[in-house]
Amino acid sequence: MTPDRAISLIKERFGLEAAGEGRSLTVEGVPVEGWQEFFDFAKETLGCRFFSFLTAVDWKEQGVEVVCRVENLDEGVGILAKCRLGADLRCPTLTGRYRGADWMERECYDMFGVRFEGHPDLRRILLSQDWEGHPLRKDYAVDTPHAPYR
Amino acid sequence: MPDLEARKVIELGYGGSERLVMNMGPQHPSAHGVFRMILTLEGETIAAMDSVIGYLHRCHEKLGETLTYAQYPSIASKTDYVAAMTSELAYVLAAENIGKIEVPKRAQHLRVLVAELQRIASHCLWLGTWCLDMGGALGGGATVFLYCFRERENVLDLFESLTGARLLYGFHQVGGTRYDLPEGWAQRCRDTMTVIDRRLDEYEDMLETNTAFQVRSQGVGVVSRELAQEVGIAGPLLRGSGVDFDIRRDDPYSSYGDFDFRIPVETAGDCYARYRVRMQEFRESSKIVRQVLDGLPEGPISSKPALKSVGQVRIPKGEGYARVEGPRGEVGCYLIADGGPKPYRMKWRGASFSNLAILPHIVPGHKVADVVAIMGSVDPVFGEVDR
Repeated sequence: MTPDRAISLIKERFGLEAAGEGRSLTVEGVPVEGWQEFFDFAKETLGCRFFSFLTAVDWKEQGVEVVCRVENLDEGVGILAKCRLGADLRCPTLTGRYRGADWMERECYDMFGVRFEGHPDLRRILLSQDWEGHPLRKDYAVDTPHAPYR
Repeated sequence: MPDLEARKVIELGYGGSERLVMNMGPQHPSAHGVFRMILTLEGETIAAMDSVIGYLHRCHEKLGETLTYAQYPSIASKTDYVAAMTSELAYVLAAENIGKIEVPKRAQHLRVLVAELQRIASHCLWLGTWCLDMGGALGGGATVFLYCFRERENVLDLFESLTGARLLYGFHQVGGTRYDLPEGWAQRCRDTMTVIDRRLDEYEDMLETNTAFQVRSQGVGVVSRELAQEVGIAGPLLRGSGVDFDIRRDDPYSSYGDFDFRIPVETAGDCYARYRVRMQEFRESSKIVRQVLDGLPEGPISSKPALKSVGQVRIPKGEGYARVEGPRGEVGCYLIADGGPKPYRMKWRGASFSNLAILPHIVPGHKVADVVAIMGSVDPVFGEVDR
């Protein structure tokens, strides 16, 4: 597997453009319903077995985008895939494919309120369980009041 | 019915088939920070484990959105506070990649120099505290710990004369570094490396011939190659499980391509393999430090003017992921810039966060005492786990 070969395989299978220089490719606009299928493909066909990270970006009116990076360490292909969510902030889980997605998805839920469907244990991870709101959303102001002690 | 009651107590207390839930932490000395493990025990064997993290959460990612490119590097050092140079470097690299900012050759060499010194200091801390955790079996408990701290102090002295700080440096800035080597520093650095190389032999003699050390680390906490990659553990843990990957060689940044070094790999995947990887990395790091000092080019240390105001660095619109090989593995910064003096979004991929996530997969089946050995060999820093 080489980055060029990965680009053509992704184009052939999903009709998506993968761009990038060197070993790191970025794939924009993976559909929500095809999110799991894309990572099945990345893991099995492209050999990206290493789970790097998963997070989200709040684009305000344009919605929330989930970003996930996996990598083929042996042959040098890294894939950063992005998926724009609907207003209900639901996203299929990757925990069945990558065990590292467990904590990362919990963090993403904690910070953005993204609901990962099928996650075995979706609860807050860094903030306390009774925290209100999701701090990394753009509408969560830095000076949002909260009780200092609980 | 007094007899029945008495029997119940005996069965619960000594029966052995009852499950017991035990909290290890949040304040437990072997965690080197605040980390709570909820262990379900059958006798002394762990059946299941749940972890609670977040005690040290400071919302670094939100801070990164509210502070400018000039301000944040010195805050970045507070994620992994025992390897501050690493996270600073990841942040400025991400900004430089997006802005296509050139970094002078001398600054690139200086970055490699401090990164490797930092690796030595961080591994000293790991070795000392791990051996302290494993306790009296290692000839008086605190022996290796105090020896390692003695060596770490030497490296911190070097950092102090370079940056004025011993722990959190603020050494990097977008475009280069903020400080240049003071007079006579290079020679002191060489002398320190000579001392450390010699002391490493002593540590290996003390530990590897010690039966208690071998029994407690060999075959304990085995991570398979597949599990290691799926969970996304990195650095010495990944290489201890037989994956030959190091960002410094496979995706070079700064000027790592100019230096000659070896990537140690072990295949056993247990605590002892991770120990071996780190011990070899010590020596490779001191080799790189010597090479940098030998070939340090003259010239400017930054392509940008010295920092005078908080908003002076602006990065054009764009996004990028930059990563460095820290002492604990892949430390990455995913940055989205919107053209202003602050990033729109910043994500830390903390090596310790991913490394710690391996624990629930490997701890069950071990004895409680082994948890301490496994935790130490994972070497988490909670500032980076919780961010």
